[in-house]
Amino acid sequence: MSEMRTPESLIQTLGEQLTPVRRLPPPWRRTLGWLLAVAVMAAVLLWHFGASHMVQRWIASPDIAIAGLGAVVTAICAAWAAFTLGVPGRSWRWGLLPLPGLVVWVVASGLGCLHDWLGPSAHIARINEASDCLVFIISFSVPLSALLIWLLRRACPLRPVLTAIMIGLASAAASAALLEICHAFAVAATDLLTHAMAVAIVVMLNALMGGRLLQPALK
Amino acid sequence: MGLNSVLSRRDRTYPIVTDAAAPTVDTQERQRAAWMAAAQGGDRRAYERVLAASVPLIRMAARRQGVLPDAVDDVVQETLLTVHRVRHTYDPSRSYDAWISALAGRRAIDALRSQGRRGQREVHDEHAYDMHPDKDDATAATEREQEARRLREAIASLPPGQREAVEQLGLQERSLAEASEHTGRQAGALKVNLHRAMKALRSRFHGEP
Repeated sequence: MSEMRTPESLIQTLGEQLTPVRRLPPPWRRTLGWLLAVAVMAAVLLWHFGASHMVQRWIASPDIAIAGLGAVVTAICAAWAAFTLGVPGRSWRWGLLPLPGLVVWVVASGLGCLHDWLGPSAHIARINEASDCLVFIISFSVPLSALLIWLLRRACPLRPVLTAIMIGLASAAASAALLEICHAFAVAATDLLTHAMAVAIVVMLNALMGGRLLQPALK
Repeated sequence: MGLNSVLSRRDRTYPIVTDAAAPTVDTQERQRAAWMAAAQGGDRRAYERVLAASVPLIRMAARRQGVLPDAVDDVVQETLLTVHRVRHTYDPSRSYDAWISALAGRRAIDALRSQGRRGQREVHDEHAYDMHPDKDDATAATEREQEARRLREAIASLPPGQREAVEQLGLQERSLAEASEHTGRQAGALKVNLHRAMKALRSRFHGEP
């Protein structure tokens, strides 16, 4: 058994088993691949619902457009951070990258609520409409999260929970941005709460599963 | 990329060395990175060199995490095996030392957790003496039989290569050369299979990763 623990003999053995490997593509390239899938979903939704309704809502309340932009930036940054955290030796600080976009997203959504309180004539989401948003975000987040996990299958995230949070945030933010295309009403407190719940559910589920799904290479 | 420098000093790309008297450490790290890049392409000599050069870095990372001296070799072994599995994740344009140190640090934490779990299960000498069953105790004999049966079943459920290694090297106590001659497998392959089998058995009986 002591022979087995000699680094020299193990190195020789590993050398005998060496085969050429295909390097992991850089994080930005894998991020682009995932964003392409999001873009396809956006194109399908735009084709089905059209852009005019969305543009009218943006003109009526620009904060909705800013919130949507914040969600898009959050999705891009969180996906990039997830792919970067999948490479050993990269800093945990990459997990901070989505924060500015997240702040813009949350603050702009909050301003939308404030406008609704000041102008009560606006169509405010009822409970059933808000629950539709919850279902939409979760049902879009599941395939987007699955795709991210699949794209990370060859990676080696040494911080699986943080990586999983990034995956959840990216997919939830992308789903919320996609929802903007077919949203029938202005952002209200119920709607914002639903968004927050959906994002929290997606992020938590990913964090809970992260350790099991993301580290096959370390098992 | 400006973002990288903001995010982390460890995430650095290589500095451009213009001074002829540049620090040797950088040159050595660059050499390790070049070897690993060549190893990714299948260069065995470069691979063995980079792994050998990584051992001191792994030991340093293990000690930094507080791994006890007698467990450092385990961390070295586990890290080398992990490097073999995830060698495709190394990006030659980035620091090799940061990459290997991160893997070693993670394996050191795993070793510390494993030590902690073992510590919880172990009983102090005096208590163990009191608790130890009589050798001729019928219950103890039954338990030993059950343990032996569980072990036989666990060995039988291993993949063929690993089972063969356990049978040859563990149960029949053959030397590596004898087992190699008997099975027609390389000694190195037998060693790796035995290591994997022991890991699988430990995981099955003690729930260790």
